[in-house]
Amino acid sequence: MNFDFSEEQQMVRDSIARFVQDDYDWDTRRAIVASDTGMSDKAWQTFAELGWLSIPFAEEDGGFGGNIVDTMVIMEEIGKGLVVEPYLPTVVLFGGLIARAGNEAQRNAWIPSIIEGSTSGAFAYLERQSRFEVADCLTEAKTAGDGWVLNGEKVVVFNGANCNQIIVLARTAGEQWDRAGLSLFVVAADAEGVNRVDYPMMDGQRVANITFTDVALNADSLLGEAGAAMATVEAMIQEATIALMAEAVGCMGTLNTKTLEYTKTREQFGVAIGSFQSLQHRMVDTMMAYEQAKSLLFKVVCEYKQDPASAESSIHALKVFIAKNAKLVYSEATQMHGGMGITDELDIGHYAKRLMMINTTFGDATYHRAQYIDKAYAA
Amino acid sequence: MDIAFSPEELTFRDEVRGFFDEQFDDELILRLRGEHFKEAIVEWQQRLFKKGWIAANWPVEHGGTGWTPTQKYIYESERSERGIPGVIPFGIGMVGPMIYQFGTTEQKEKFLPGILDSNTWWCQGYSEPGSGSDLASLKTKAELDGDHYVINGAKIWTSYAQYADWIFVLVRTSNEGKKQEGITFILVDMKTPGIKINPIISIDNEHSLNEVEFSDVRVPVENVVGEVNKGWTVAKALLAHERTGIADVAQSKRNIRLIKEAASAEMNGGKRLMDDAGFQARVADLEIELMALEFTELRTLAAMAAGGFPGPESSLLKIKGTELQQATQELRMETAAYYQGVLPNGMDPEVLGHSWTHDAFRNYMYGRAATIYGGSNEVQKNIIAKYVLGLE
Repeated sequence: MNFDFSEEQQMVRDSIARFVQDDYDWDTRRAIVASDTGMSDKAWQTFAELGWLSIPFAEEDGGFGGNIVDTMVIMEEIGKGLVVEPYLPTVVLFGGLIARAGNEAQRNAWIPSIIEGSTSGAFAYLERQSRFEVADCLTEAKTAGDGWVLNGEKVVVFNGANCNQIIVLARTAGEQWDRAGLSLFVVAADAEGVNRVDYPMMDGQRVANITFTDVALNADSLLGEAGAAMATVEAMIQEATIALMAEAVGCMGTLNTKTLEYTKTREQFGVAIGSFQSLQHRMVDTMMAYEQAKSLLFKVVCEYKQDPASAESSIHALKVFIAKNAKLVYSEATQMHGGMGITDELDIGHYAKRLMMINTTFGDATYHRAQYIDKAYAA
Repeated sequence: MDIAFSPEELTFRDEVRGFFDEQFDDELILRLRGEHFKEAIVEWQQRLFKKGWIAANWPVEHGGTGWTPTQKYIYESERSERGIPGVIPFGIGMVGPMIYQFGTTEQKEKFLPGILDSNTWWCQGYSEPGSGSDLASLKTKAELDGDHYVINGAKIWTSYAQYADWIFVLVRTSNEGKKQEGITFILVDMKTPGIKINPIISIDNEHSLNEVEFSDVRVPVENVVGEVNKGWTVAKALLAHERTGIADVAQSKRNIRLIKEAASAEMNGGKRLMDDAGFQARVADLEIELMALEFTELRTLAAMAAGGFPGPESSLLKIKGTELQQATQELRMETAAYYQGVLPNGMDPEVLGHSWTHDAFRNYMYGRAATIYGGSNEVQKNIIAKYVLGLE
């Protein structure tokens, strides 16, 4: 047993940390979020040049051949720096689905261009009524000649505003909530009949609601087997959830560091507020919350690396645990910073907003607790 | 011990309902959400003033309602049930009671009418960049120059300073003795030369907070309320008033109702969210907390009716009240799932079929301040430990 990182993993971690420190300070990040696209093409090109976009992909597809540990390392650093560029939507979700379900031609078509930074991808799985039930899908694709015709609407599509390719989950058979009959299609964002309305979210992400009106797709657009996408999608979301939880742990760590620093320097009643025992105990609680979250993340990553199927219950547990402990960490960080904590100017509130979005993405604590109960205590 | 309403109280309830139904109209609701918030809220307060209901907590001789605790409870419950905003607190809830309690006859005649009819908008100059929880360490100084005080310094977290005609300010008039001594409570016309307002954008992306800078601001000595160097007595009395209102049990009650409504419409996998056992448990926990808090508030109201002014026990209401506000705001956000992150200047929530999510967002975000303002909850616990439990 060991929880050490390989030399390559340490190098990647250090290089992202250095990038955040040198090229992604708080003012830069603010300016990026306020810009027209809400992301930096220059930063994305840096990610490509430094090889970060290649890490999860297999060597035969031109990637670095990394595993879930590598993804965790990258996402934790992204969380620490509150990086808004779409690593999760493009590399983890879009790229991950291509790698999992794509045939050789599709992998050749998309993975090299993700790695070089020219393909910006999104995964459109959420509908306005679906909440956390991914199979609740009304968007439908019907066969037309050799190809398909796509109709429907997806909402809150991460990176939906800036992507040039979208993987769309659509129903090709069955009824609204059926797990069978779902298929994945790769759709160009500028295809005829695709209409995007984009908007910012509280965590700085640019998302879009996307409508598909009689969008004509050729046979090559189908990703994987028709009607059998659900297993792929669920496996993908499990992996993406681990990535997201690593980002959360990164955010929590930074919040604790910043808050600890603040309590050591902010003086009230003639002393640093960190000298008050009641605050000291709460700082200890947030430190323990972070360490425990990290431990459970490591457990999940180790299980997943051995056999993804074995990690299912632990992933639900991790989502519940992080939701609770991230909330503790961001609530205390906001409170300890006093009035400054509720300003838009300070970064603290922005970390809190990112953690709130993370907590709801792919299902909140209430949802995952119920899933855990179903799986762990099934009669 | 009896909580049943008397026939007179039931008649009063009907009168309150009738007034709200008639006067709090849809047109006003729309304007309160829009950019002309100030005009809309002033108009609403003037309707209350005409009815004689603007100052629920004031004594009758100064223009208050003279309501019993039960009547106040009925009024607040009916108000919150409809989501009607409370009266902006800085005049009616804060400076008004200080003027009629500590002020001179001239001050009462000059200021109370404008507070009651909402023609004067007040703001609060308490916290400073270096003096948050440790309010008594404040450094904004006022030096006597003939029959004027000359004020220099800065106040922060001043809500609605951009709308205000007057500000009540805690200033340091002496550096001798304990830091609580040498503080004076003074009223300043916002049009006086030397006052500069710097907006602060808060976590909800709105502008209600400000920093207010004072550079050689000359204020007549007759604007001091109470004794010079004894302003801490006034400051503490005002904070105790502020704290009782801060509990806002009514808001939490409304939020729980709204959560239930939203969760009954929200579906997950073909099942109502409100039917989810885990979600039900969370709502139930909040509802049970609320039950206890509601009766703590009633007990405090009854004690105030008997004894006049709220004491240190108002700190209990502030702590538990704000904790519950934040917990209900938080669950309302979680009910919105992904849509909790949609910004008020982003996608129209009507388009997403979740018209309430912007309200949830604003409530939640600005609600983060409630455990900080009015004396942070940590300071409230110190007050209880010291003054209620006798722990030094």
